[in-house]
Amino acid sequence: MEFFKNPNFDFLGKKWYFLAFSLVFSVAGILSMLLWHGIPLGVDFRGGTLVTLKYSHRPDNNLIRAAMDEAGLKNARIQSFGNPANNEVLIDLDVQETSEQALDRGKNQIINALEAKAHAPAGKQDLNNASALTLTDYLLQKDPQHLGTDANQRYSAEAQAIVNYRDKSRGGVLASFDELKGVVDPSVVTALQDGFFLSDFGVKNVDIIGPQVGAQLRRQAVLATVYSLAGMLVYLWFRFELIYGVAAVVTVFHDTLITVGAFSLMNKPLSLTVIAAILTLIGYSNNDTIVVFDRIRENIKLLRREKLADIVNKSINQTLSRTILTAGLTFLTVLALYVFGGEVLRGFSFALVVGILIGTYSSIAIAAPILVAYQDWRSNQGKKTLVVPAEAPKRDRLKVKAKA
Amino acid sequence: MNKSMGWKVALIIGILLIFLFGIFGVPSSFSGQGLLAAMQNRIHLGLDLRGGTHLILQVQVNDAVNVDSDNAIERLKTELRARKINYTEITKPDPANNPDKILIKGVPPENSSDLRSIVSDRLPEYDLTSGAENGWTVAMKAQSLTALKNQAVTQAIETIRNRIDQLGVSEPVIQEHGLGQYQILVQLPGVDDPARVKEIMQSTAMLEIRQTLGGPYPSEQAALQEHGGVLPPDAVLMKGKSIGRAGDEGAESWYLVSRSSAVTGRDLRNAEPGRDENGAPDVRFTLTGEGGRKFYAFTSAHVGDNLAVVLDNKVQESAVIKEPIRDSGVINGRFTEQEAKDLGMILRSGALPASIHYLQESTVGPSLGTDSIRAGVRAAVIGMLAVLIFMLVYYHGAGINADVALILNLIILLGFMGFTQAVLTLPGIAGVILTVGMGVDSNVLIFERIREELRNGKTPPSAVDQGFSHAWITIVDTHITTMVSAAILFIFGTGPVRGFATTLFFGLAANLFTAVFVSRVIFDYNLSRKQRGEALSIG
Repeated sequence: MEFFKNPNFDFLGKKWYFLAFSLVFSVAGILSMLLWHGIPLGVDFRGGTLVTLKYSHRPDNNLIRAAMDEAGLKNARIQSFGNPANNEVLIDLDVQETSEQALDRGKNQIINALEAKAHAPAGKQDLNNASALTLTDYLLQKDPQHLGTDANQRYSAEAQAIVNYRDKSRGGVLASFDELKGVVDPSVVTALQDGFFLSDFGVKNVDIIGPQVGAQLRRQAVLATVYSLAGMLVYLWFRFELIYGVAAVVTVFHDTLITVGAFSLMNKPLSLTVIAAILTLIGYSNNDTIVVFDRIRENIKLLRREKLADIVNKSINQTLSRTILTAGLTFLTVLALYVFGGEVLRGFSFALVVGILIGTYSSIAIAAPILVAYQDWRSNQGKKTLVVPAEAPKRDRLKVKAKA
Repeated sequence: MNKSMGWKVALIIGILLIFLFGIFGVPSSFSGQGLLAAMQNRIHLGLDLRGGTHLILQVQVNDAVNVDSDNAIERLKTELRARKINYTEITKPDPANNPDKILIKGVPPENSSDLRSIVSDRLPEYDLTSGAENGWTVAMKAQSLTALKNQAVTQAIETIRNRIDQLGVSEPVIQEHGLGQYQILVQLPGVDDPARVKEIMQSTAMLEIRQTLGGPYPSEQAALQEHGGVLPPDAVLMKGKSIGRAGDEGAESWYLVSRSSAVTGRDLRNAEPGRDENGAPDVRFTLTGEGGRKFYAFTSAHVGDNLAVVLDNKVQESAVIKEPIRDSGVINGRFTEQEAKDLGMILRSGALPASIHYLQESTVGPSLGTDSIRAGVRAAVIGMLAVLIFMLVYYHGAGINADVALILNLIILLGFMGFTQAVLTLPGIAGVILTVGMGVDSNVLIFERIREELRNGKTPPSAVDQGFSHAWITIVDTHITTMVSAAILFIFGTGPVRGFATTLFFGLAANLFTAVFVSRVIFDYNLSRKQRGEALSIG
C-alpha cells in the first residue's frame, strides 16, 4: 500500500502561494496578539489564584458571581471547566488579590463566600472540603466508637477512607451523609453529622502563584526557548552550512509565531505545559526540516549538473511519502491526546495539534524556498553558490558514472 | 551469520528482561494486582497525578542576619563597657535592607585602635571601617554574609523536614529551589490541607526567655508614659497574650522586656504537651546542659525579678523567679489541646532561623489526579493502538518490525524511569504518547528508503542494507536535536514539565536503539529465512 508513488509536484513553483498563506496566518496572529486578545497568559506566568470546583449539580454561574461580588472579589473570572456534564467551574483571580503577605487569601475568600452562599449552618464545617487531618482530630475529640489506645490510628484510617471515597469514587463531592454508611461505622457517620454539613461543591484544584514566581517562570520560559533555538542553530551550522541553520531557525520562528497566534486568536491561555509543547514542536519541526535538508545535501552531491531549485524539488518529492506519513502518525497520536486526554492537557495538546501541522508544512514551504532564495541572491551578487554550475569538469563526470 | 544473529537476539532479550525488571522489580505475584502494585513501587506518580500540595517558600534570610548583628551589638557593648570606652550610640541604620550594618558613634579617636582589636578579636566575621564624624561602621564580611544566609536556608530546610516528618507525610520533597533566591520547594503528596501544614511550618516558634522589666501595661502608650516617654536603652516593648478570663479575647497587654535573651530555642532539648494542676493543657520543656547552666546563672542573678517566656516575639507569660531554676520549665499560655500538641511539636523540631514567605501554593485534589490518570492512559492506549494498526496495514510484514520496536521502546522507556526513580507526571504521559508518534518516524524513514531502493531494482538484502545505512544519519540528527530540546526543558522546567522532558528524552534514547538495532535484527532474521529472489513484505 502506498500513498505517493513517485510524486513529482513542483513545490518551489508554488512558493508564492505558500508565502501568502503563511503571511495571512502570521499577520492574523500578530494582529490578535497586539490588538485583540493579546497574548493570553496562564496563571503560571501572570500570577494569581485559580480554583477549580466540582459541584454536585449543575452550577449556577450567576449565583457564584453574586457570591464573589459580595466577598469583594469584583474581578473574579468564572467559567465552566471541561465537559459540562462534569459540573466543574473555574474561578480565576488576578495577581493583585494574591499578595505574598497572605498568598492564600484569595482562595480562602472564594471558599468562604461560596460556603456562606450554601447556607452553612453556624459552627459546622464543610465535609466536602475537610481534610483527613481535620476529620481525624474531630473524631478523636468526639470518640464515637469509644476506642482506647489505638484511637488515633483507627480514626486516621477511617478519616482517610472517607476522604478517599469522596475523592476517588464520588469525584470530590458527597451529596448526602447516607453515602458514607457503607464506608464507615454508622456511629461515626452520626458523629460527623453533628459537626459537619455538606456543601454542594468540592475544591478539586488550587493554583496560587505569587508575582515573584510568575516573573521567574516567565523569564525561564523565554530563556529556555532562546537556548533551544541557539542550540539548534549551532548544531545545524556544524552539520550543514550556516544558511541551513538560518533557514531552520526562520522556519521554527514562523511555526512558533503561528502557534502562539492561534492561541491568541482562540483566546486560550499559555501555561508552562504549553511552552513545553511549543519547545517540543520546535524539535519536531526541526526534525522535519533536517530530513529534507539531508536529502538535499545528498542530492547536491549526486546531481551536480542540475539547478538548485530542481534538486530541492526532487528532494522534497522523494521525502514526501515519509513526511506525510510521519506527520500523519504523530498527528494521530496528538489528536488522541487532544480528544481523550482530559481538560488539564487541553492547552498542551492544542499546541501540538497546530504545531505538527504547521511544522510539517513549514519544512516544505518555508525552509526549502529560503535555501533557494539565498542561493539566487548569492549568484546574483556573483558569489560562490551551493551548487557547482552546469559545466562540470571531466573528473566529476567520471565520478558520477562510477556511482551509478 | 547465524552466530552473530544469535548473540544479537540474546542481547535484545537480555535488554528486555533488564528493563522489565526496571518497571516491576521482583513482583510478589504475577497476577494483575501484583504487577500493578510492583509497578507503583518503582514508578512514582507526580503530584498532579497523585494529588497533594506543592509549595514554594522564600526564607527571609535578613531575619537571620538581624539576629546575628543584634548579638554582635551586644558583644560590642559588653566589650566597650569592660574596657571603659565611651560611645554615644550603637544602632543599625537600615535593618530591613542592610541588616548587617552597625553604626557606632562617639568613640573618642584615642580609643580607635582598641576598637579595631575588639572587632578583629570578638567579631571575626565583621569588618570595621571608619566613617564620617568619628563614626565607625561595622559590617559583615561578604563571605560570612553569604555563608550565614545559605546556612539559614539549610537550617530552615532541616527544621521544615523535621516538622513535616512528624505529620507523617509519605515521600515528601523538601529541597532548595531556584538559583540563589533562598527559595525552598516543598511537595507533600496526599496532603490536602495546606493551611494546617503551613501553620506548622510557618511558625518561627522562636522560644526565648528574657527578663521582664515592666508590665503588664494595657497599651503601648501606658508603657511609654511610665518611663517618661522614652524607653530605657536595653529594653524593648513587646505584645503579650491577651489577659482576661478564658474566652475573653478583648484586652491587650504589653510588656517591657530586655533586648537580649537568657535562653533561646537552641538550648531546648525537649518539649512535651501536658496538663497543669487545673487540667488545662500546657507545655513542659527541658533544656540542654549548656542551656541549663545559662538558665541557672540567669535565674540566680534575678531572684525576685520577673522573667518573660517569649514565643515568636510575643510574651506568653511573665512569672516571678522565686528561686534559681536549672533545666526544666513549663509554659502555660491558655492553650487548647491542639495548640499545646502543635507547639510541643514545633519546639521539638528546632527553631526556624528566619521567617518564611509563601510564593506559590498548588493543591491538586486526589479526584483530579485520578481523572487525569484515567484520561492520560486512555489517550495513550488509543494513540498507540492507532499507530500500531496503521503500521501493519501500510507496511504489511515490515509493520510487525515497527510494532515490536515500538512496544520494546515503551518497555525500555518505563524501565528507565523505574531505574532512575523518575517521577511520572501528566505531561510525562503525554511525553510517552509523543515518543510513540515521533519514534515511529525512524521506522518510516527506514522503510521508505528500503522501498525506494527496491523500486530502483536492488535485491531485498541490499535494499535493507542501504535503507538502514542512509537513514541512520538522519535518524541521529533528528533525535539529537529533539533530545537537546528535551534537555533544555528539563533544566528550565519545574515539576510537571520536567516529567515531560524526562519521558521524551528517555523515549528518544530508547528509540535510537529499537528502531535501528532491533528492527534490523528482525529484518535480518526474516531475510535469512527467505529463498533467493523472494520478495520482502514491506507493503
